[in-house]
Amino acid sequence: MSAIQSQSRTNEAYLIKRVSDGEREAFYELVRPYERMVYATAISIVKNPADAEEVAQEAVLKAFSKLASFRGESKFSTWLIQITYNEARMKLRKAHSNLYESIDDTPQNEDGEFWPKDYADWRPIPSELLEENEIRQAVQDAISSLSTNYREVLILRDVHRLSIKETTMILGISEGSVKTRLHRARLLLRDNLAPGIDGSWIKGQAYRKVRPW
Amino acid sequence: MATIEISCVEVWREISNYLEGEIPADLRERMEKHFSACAHCTAVLDGTRNVVALVGDGTMFQMPEGFSKRLYEKIRNLTSPNVPRD
Repeated sequence: MSAIQSQSRTNEAYLIKRVSDGEREAFYELVRPYERMVYATAISIVKNPADAEEVAQEAVLKAFSKLASFRGESKFSTWLIQITYNEARMKLRKAHSNLYESIDDTPQNEDGEFWPKDYADWRPIPSELLEENEIRQAVQDAISSLSTNYREVLILRDVHRLSIKETTMILGISEGSVKTRLHRARLLLRDNLAPGIDGSWIKGQAYRKVRPW
Repeated sequence: MATIEISCVEVWREISNYLEGEIPADLRERMEKHFSACAHCTAVLDGTRNVVALVGDGTMFQMPEGFSKRLYEKIRNLTSPNVPRD
């Protein structure tokens, strides 16, 4: 554990103590660094902003009421994200309770080799491109198009930058599954995004598809 | 000593682990040799690296306006932990 991580754990322990002593404001201080992470986690499951906000609020309130059961075995953030996942999945189940299975949850096949659909030459993107709403929207749509099992891992690993171990804890899956799903999620996103971002959006030129076979 | 060649399919299988830096040194060396000769795999590698950069960009998931304020209000209206609400 780095000095900064250890300092933040000590600070969190102090805030948790203040909350259990009845200081409600300290709970907001405890949660604030992670509110965006909670929201992003929620929206990665429920997909629409209003539902995501509701899930985020419910998760935070639940964390408050369960705080006494937090033993500090994991990081507070990991514990909070785990609660958010459970809330989001519950919300999704309620929304789809009349359906046998949500279309979204049809798992994409994890077995077998992954063959890229194309070889669009997607050179490193200039950072100002990130500021373009069109690209932001395209990335979000591409993430939404992944099935839940891939999306969950991608959000935890590549958006929140959680470790493999933390990801296995939150999702209750093996280390091998985390790696396979992350790999597949990244390649699926590349397949989805590369044709649009290989320069055609910038220069207005048609996408060049290359297949050697 | 000559490096053992590696196929495109094997390269794709390991691209994510390669980006994570989680592969043995000899495999890394074989992949790098492959990338230097194969434009297709280099395109897949660059694209995958870009995906990771885009997705990990801190501004990708913006919270709705007023989100923090509303959350803070919810917390302010709470009672102490372990005391049943309502």
